[in-house]
Amino acid sequence: MKIGLFVPCYIDAFYPEAGIATLELLEKLGQDVEYPLDQTCCGQPMGNSGCNSDAAAAEALFVRNFAKYDKIVMPSGSCTHHVRDNFDAIEQTDEVRHVRENTFELVEFLHDILKVDAFPWAEFNHTVGLHNSCGTLRALRTASMSELGEKPFSKPMDLLGKVRGIRFVTPRRPDECCGFGGTFSVTEEAVSSQMGLDKVRDHHEAGAEYIVSADSSCMMHQQGCAERAGVPIRFIHIAQILNGAAQ
Amino acid sequence: MSERPVNHARAAEHFLEDKPHLQFHDERLWDMRQKRDAQMHILPEWQELREEASRIKEHTLSRLPEYLEQFEENAKKNGIHVHWARDGAEHNRIVGEILKAHGAHNLIKSKSMVTEECDMRPYLEKQGVRVTETDLGERIQQLDDQLPSHIVVPAVHKLTSDVAKIFAKDYNTDPNIRDPHLLAEAQRQAARPVILGADSGMTGGNFVVAETGTFVVCTNEGNADLSATVPNLHIATIGIERLVPRMADLGVFVRLLSRSALGSPITQYTTHFRGPQKGGEMHVVLVDNGRSARLGMEDFWTSLKCIRCGACMNTCPVYRRSGGLSYGAVYSGPIGAIIDPTFNERKYSTLPYASTLNGSCTNVCPVKINIHEQLYKWRRVLVQHHEMPFVKREIMHMAGKLMGQPKLYRAAIKATEVSLSTMPRFVLYNWLNPWGRHRENPHPVKQTFNDWYRKNRKPGKEGTPEAKK
Repeated sequence: MKIGLFVPCYIDAFYPEAGIATLELLEKLGQDVEYPLDQTCCGQPMGNSGCNSDAAAAEALFVRNFAKYDKIVMPSGSCTHHVRDNFDAIEQTDEVRHVRENTFELVEFLHDILKVDAFPWAEFNHTVGLHNSCGTLRALRTASMSELGEKPFSKPMDLLGKVRGIRFVTPRRPDECCGFGGTFSVTEEAVSSQMGLDKVRDHHEAGAEYIVSADSSCMMHQQGCAERAGVPIRFIHIAQILNGAAQ
Repeated sequence: MSERPVNHARAAEHFLEDKPHLQFHDERLWDMRQKRDAQMHILPEWQELREEASRIKEHTLSRLPEYLEQFEENAKKNGIHVHWARDGAEHNRIVGEILKAHGAHNLIKSKSMVTEECDMRPYLEKQGVRVTETDLGERIQQLDDQLPSHIVVPAVHKLTSDVAKIFAKDYNTDPNIRDPHLLAEAQRQAARPVILGADSGMTGGNFVVAETGTFVVCTNEGNADLSATVPNLHIATIGIERLVPRMADLGVFVRLLSRSALGSPITQYTTHFRGPQKGGEMHVVLVDNGRSARLGMEDFWTSLKCIRCGACMNTCPVYRRSGGLSYGAVYSGPIGAIIDPTFNERKYSTLPYASTLNGSCTNVCPVKINIHEQLYKWRRVLVQHHEMPFVKREIMHMAGKLMGQPKLYRAAIKATEVSLSTMPRFVLYNWLNPWGRHRENPHPVKQTFNDWYRKNRKPGKEGTPEAKK
């Protein structure tokens, strides 16, 4: 199985350590992973803004980069959601369909495809609060949703539970959106920032030292809110913990 | 259609400045969501009920003309006068004529979103009719000359102290009252004489049953029952989408409605209106006002399934932090954001963007309207119809081009890195940077992932684009 690694633009530019951890983790698990160098973006920002035709160039490039791989893995729930559910600015050829059907968010991939049962190298002696992005939670459904009253399950928790020393706390509103929302974070910056601040305070008050998430975009926003308001909490991508983050 | 778009972002910012109101609003509505969850957990068949409700509504909407005619026929047999209103103006004219024919000048009414849609109150007042809202929250909003900010709890954005001030002005009560019971009592004392002296009453209708020609009104205060039965003339204004085919279907909806809305098992009053009382007259005005057109919209017609429970508002993290009035429309929150643009595309073009697309609204909707997917689709439609601000449109256009060109893109990333690490703080954080008004920017990094990969993995490794060149 040949895996193509997609590293979303904001991880590439601001959180390269999350991308590095994703690559190293997949390599440790014996996977054959490549990162096509000419990648940019999945098209989500244009698609979510309603400017779907403007997503065409990014989507076409994405397919050119990744069509040759058996599976495409990315450390981002919202990008996976875009590719899987909304990637329709370009003609839906067999190639495009192959890409869309074989794109996985990292946690999904580890949990459902590789079915990883141990991370012997991983130890994290900290108290963490898990932030499920809305993309992973309500679009990819990697965890049960509080609104539906379904039997509780959580793929990220299943994985994190295999890490030595880690302790968990649950915020009061675990499923509440943190307010990032892509361009929403700029066009509705006041509401967005208030939501982010409420989110980081909720985790902090629950006793979390770290917020851990499968989405760096949410955490980029949350970190900005926490730093401005002086809420002492740190952020880490789930790939870094599973890869045995240096603490 | 030349009206300026509602500035939700600015109104929301204003709302957020008042911390006591914000905190109360957010927590009160979150509490309603929590109570709704508790009710859901009591009923193991909750998801089946939602599915059933959705199916009944979709079926009914797909045969709406037949069911409407069936209702009309049966309602007439029950002695109910049935009227058809194409739009708000026609509705107001019909109601005005009924009142005129009875020489009625004192109308008491219970909460009805349709009459808000039609902007009925000012119309009737001009005609010399005194209109009094009998729902407590709606009366507060009437006295304050504001739209309801929530479908179910119209004055939820107000604190007790706000209500005390409003009542002091109109009811001559102490402006410093902080006991809600005393305020409710003040409203009761003020409302009772008006109710007893009214010559006409008006209600909305939650459900209309085609096979029986009857309709159902659900309230918690009993004010609809007073409005309908104290005067001899009862006019019910109802949207044409409120139909269900059979009496047997009602159980599904009545079980879902109040549980979704307030987290209570049922409303205090669930009244079936089957015909005029002895010596009285009953009129039903069936209002279209854009509904038929919406029924023809492939992506948006299912919004007509809405039973107006407000659950999507209670769960919406944006609504809770911006308040219903910030939407500048009769319908606010997620459901408002998908139906308001059908009334006026330009004016409400900003509302589908007042969402993070998190999807919680869709999950709580008792009739399974895919609200967040419709928000997404509305954005596409609005851009196609040129209802996006030029600057934002251009930014997206340029971004889209850039994302298709890896080399230019790499150069742009480098420029961002350089500016983040070298620009002085006052340049990075100013009004030109909405991100930085209440947030820090992300920290600059030593190298991008792309740089790191080129350095740390063999360049030209088989299969990478480099190897092929």
